[in-house]
Amino acid sequence: MKVYITGDNVISSLGFNTEENMDNLFKGITGIHKIDRGYLSPEPIPAALVDSGKLEAVFSNIASPTLFTRLEQMMILSVKQAAESSGMDLQHPRSLLIVSTTKGNVELLEKDKKTNFPQERVYLWGLAKLIKDYFKLYHTPLVVSNACISGLLAIEVGARLIQSGQYDQVAVVGGDILTPFVVSGFQSFKSLSPEPCKPYDANRDGLSLGEACATIILSSQMQNIDNRAVVVAGGASSNDANHISGPSRTGDGLFIAIKNALSAASLAIDQIDFICAHGTATPYNDDMESKAVNLAGMQEVPLNSLKGYIGHTLGAAGTIESIVSVRSLLKHKLIKTLGFNTLGVAEKIKIISETKECELNNCLKVASGFGGCNAAVIFSVV
Amino acid sequence: MSDQVMISGWCKINNSRILVNDKLVFESPESLDFSEFSKAAFKALEQPYLKFYKMDNLSKLGFLCAEHLLKHNPIDGKYIPEEIGIILSNAESCIDTDIEHQKTITDANNYFPSPSIFVYTLPNIVIGEISIKHKFQGENTFFIFEQFQPDFMTGYIQGLFDGGQLKACIAGWVDLSPNAKNYNAVFFLAEKSGGSEVQFTSENLKNIYNQ
Repeated sequence: MKVYITGDNVISSLGFNTEENMDNLFKGITGIHKIDRGYLSPEPIPAALVDSGKLEAVFSNIASPTLFTRLEQMMILSVKQAAESSGMDLQHPRSLLIVSTTKGNVELLEKDKKTNFPQERVYLWGLAKLIKDYFKLYHTPLVVSNACISGLLAIEVGARLIQSGQYDQVAVVGGDILTPFVVSGFQSFKSLSPEPCKPYDANRDGLSLGEACATIILSSQMQNIDNRAVVVAGGASSNDANHISGPSRTGDGLFIAIKNALSAASLAIDQIDFICAHGTATPYNDDMESKAVNLAGMQEVPLNSLKGYIGHTLGAAGTIESIVSVRSLLKHKLIKTLGFNTLGVAEKIKIISETKECELNNCLKVASGFGGCNAAVIFSVV
Repeated sequence: MSDQVMISGWCKINNSRILVNDKLVFESPESLDFSEFSKAAFKALEQPYLKFYKMDNLSKLGFLCAEHLLKHNPIDGKYIPEEIGIILSNAESCIDTDIEHQKTITDANNYFPSPSIFVYTLPNIVIGEISIKHKFQGENTFFIFEQFQPDFMTGYIQGLFDGGQLKACIAGWVDLSPNAKNYNAVFFLAEKSGGSEVQFTSENLKNIYNQ
């Protein structure tokens, strides 16, 4: 059974819908800007933030912003727009929502925010329940929380649930906001770059954080699509079994996920037109990916990272980057790796350094995260 | 394709007791807190593994559950690493360590975020810890549910076996409340060829979980 992508929405530092985001990506515009010291960080950092004023203004058209946390507002808006774009009936007994997030409403642990909302909302099931109640969903949303591969893994899980016949349509929403909690943690790891990140570059020195929320609609039926459609052709996850915070030294974990995704999709490496990689721009992640891509024999396949535009958006990264890749396939347009200049990774790979049109049919999307987890999903034009 | 997946063994940890395949394998006085209980339960394994002491409470709980399960139901050498998966779930994510990390950044005059705490503010780190110990490299996912969902877990994991992605899987529930006041872990070892007669069904998971 084929799993079609029938709708999407992206809310990020680059805009409040997918079209706005794609326009900015094609133009090479970044959403990463210097943030002054303040609530988020004791020192200035570059980060890609969603415009809070605009979020509140847009959200107040559908409900009162004071009743919902910032993340809840983004998730509700995103799911609503994506479902509308595809004609998905969210309340149908054969419809499911999957929520992907790493930290959910963790900001509710902050002293002065504790009392604003019921304590259960700090739990990820509480967040899911709130969204269920808002949309009056038939099923309780499934929650995937698996570090930075959450969003991609959630798409894979959703596709499997459609293939097994349990659901006809699945909406996958990935979202995380930036909080002092997350920023301080990455600072303690010394993994933030003082400048906007430079994936795969010889001078890369760390990642840039971003916040976003993105929803992708998966369906057993092709609908609302003119002549061309994209399907989830196959996916897999794996574990490095090497280190909880450092990427594998060999890339074998990510390689396993890539190999198994190709086999699930029944595709050969020369059929993959581009790889949308994780590319966080930390020295170790990008080196590891270059090794995994070489283990897979895919070093000649054009590869990009979108982190230079939207930052590392954690639990949203897999969904937002998948949506952009699907749009790339449909538009026949490869997006350059913003921030990249000179190749500086352990093994040779082919970085997309120019945004350009070309014939595209199959894309491999990969992600890796803390806990040694990796995911790979293949999207194909049918 | 749909060969029956079996429960080769299971391990359950709560209230200062560890049960494996229905047998009590470890017990400590109920007055012990989780930190003392987990230390004693680790010593009972009689194997050196210094990394254990660096783990947060949730990872310790999951690690102990996997170790006691696999000690009595060994699968060493039976499969290649990528054939063995870990699919876990809980309600409270890693709230205990989230609160620990939040404490380090609350006071601007006493600001000391630490990578060794922050890394554990993700629930799937426990999957990483078990994977490292045993070199398991297959499918791994962490789900969050308000309560244990045996229907979903058996359906989803059966699908991974049917699709050929997995030949063995550690599946279950590993939940720990703030300050490790309450803890509850139930892991199942699912295999197609385990010689067991207990099927990996929702009903059987429910019975073991509730007993």
